[in-house]
Amino acid sequence: MMSVGMAYIAGAFEHPTRKATDISVGRLHAECAAGALADAGLSRDDVDGFFCGGDAPGGLLAMVDYLGLKPRHIDSSDIGGSSYISLVGHAAQAIAAGKCNVALITLAGRPRTEAISGFGGPPSHPTRPWEPPVNARLVDLYALCARRHMHEFGTTSEQLAWIKVAASHHAQHNPHAMLQKVVTVEDVLQSPLISDPLHRLDCCVVSDGGGALIVTRPEIAMNLGRPLVKVRGAGEALKGQDGGAVDLTYSGAAFSGPAAFADAGVTPADIQYASIYDSFTITVLMQLEDLGFCEKGQGGRFVADGQLISGIGRLPVNTDGGGLCNNHPANRGGMTKVIEAVRQLRGEAHPAVQVKDCKLALAHGTGGWLGSRHGSATVILERE
Amino acid sequence: MQVDQALQQNHPEAMAFSAAAAEGRFMVPTCGDCGKAHWYPRAFCPFCFSFDVTWEAASGRGEIYSYCNGEPAPGTNVIAYVKLAEGPTVLTHILDADPAALRIGLPVKVVLQAAKDGQYFPAFTPS
Ligand SMILES: [Zn+2]
Repeated sequence: MMSVGMAYIAGAFEHPTRKATDISVGRLHAECAAGALADAGLSRDDVDGFFCGGDAPGGLLAMVDYLGLKPRHIDSSDIGGSSYISLVGHAAQAIAAGKCNVALITLAGRPRTEAISGFGGPPSHPTRPWEPPVNARLVDLYALCARRHMHEFGTTSEQLAWIKVAASHHAQHNPHAMLQKVVTVEDVLQSPLISDPLHRLDCCVVSDGGGALIVTRPEIAMNLGRPLVKVRGAGEALKGQDGGAVDLTYSGAAFSGPAAFADAGVTPADIQYASIYDSFTITVLMQLEDLGFCEKGQGGRFVADGQLISGIGRLPVNTDGGGLCNNHPANRGGMTKVIEAVRQLRGEAHPAVQVKDCKLALAHGTGGWLGSRHGSATVILERE
Repeated sequence: MQVDQALQQNHPEAMAFSAAAAEGRFMVPTCGDCGKAHWYPRAFCPFCFSFDVTWEAASGRGEIYSYCNGEPAPGTNVIAYVKLAEGPTVLTHILDADPAALRIGLPVKVVLQAAKDGQYFPAFTPS
């Protein structure tokens, strides 16, 4: 595919706020854009490609005008929280095709301040007569996957809890993390059941905030003096209920993962660091299997006993503390997944969690509802 | 109960389900070309894209494919996927379930429920 090696992530910025009572969502987007541009050493007027998701207030029409951009290439393909990972791929492809030179991707939102919940679809949404009456909450659509996984493969709540334990071990080193306290498997199991079998500590945080990325062409990236982080491969997929042929044992990562690995010409065994979307612990476990880090059904064993903790386990995952402990801005975790992968590849992660000589990293996201309809996006990034 | 007007206007194809359900009949959309039933309902077949789809009376029997217990207390808010005897799997609610007896594979039968907006949907209870 065209994206291979033709674009670099030159700027990355995670907004430090976790509660933005006095900052509008639009301004958060602007602050994130400014942060990523400063990180790259570029200015707003260098931007000629703009990419955003469904969180951008007023969409492209409002945001481009509000931010004062003059893009010649635009894209607001929205697949929920995984959008920003797929948009890295889209930006790389647009750059390779000569459609833009400097792509800006922004995300921001205030779910903590605004307490958003409920059926978000339009009245014409095709599921409107059938699913809203059931009143399934977001967490229920992950709990259904967890229960089925336990039934099919013998996965346990203890194994799921290890994913949260690993996140907390990382978050203790992140001064911006919402939850910085190290927790144990017992802490997770003793937290209240939110949707049996998922406990409160199996769930991510709700946070305000945002982030932004700059993707650019090789000639520009090489003159910026920043460490070179190449977009080596990208894949995306959608998974739904398949007309009623529901199978909750796998996610769209089973398609986006192999596509990204084929694009990059590497295998899961080559990956030194992985950012894995962690809306809930079960999300991580299923994605790790589907991406090929272990066999289907072996995810529980793969994550247990600290195996995701940097410096201890076999695969360091979400060394910023992830959505489970650090940040889940706009209820969309894809952006922070890419940002921490960039930190790792640049050697700019916290020293306590930095992967030694990290050359190849993966960022993967699931957007929407794991148990009904979701988007999946995978990118593979390489330090040059 | 009348179905909410906005819902009727947005989803005219769904109204036949409610009309039958109001008379106690559980109908599932079924394809005249490939023969498969599907869920959630559409006016075409999601498997073969035929538009020869009709509402056919279903047995109302199925089994739990997966379930979860929500708040406020175990058993009071059980969300599930139920696999119908006719084939498709339905995102639904389990009513009047003893939480200790819930399990994957548990046989259930349909209980047609009217939502707040008057539209019927299939819930299930242990059979
Ligand atoms: Zn058909």
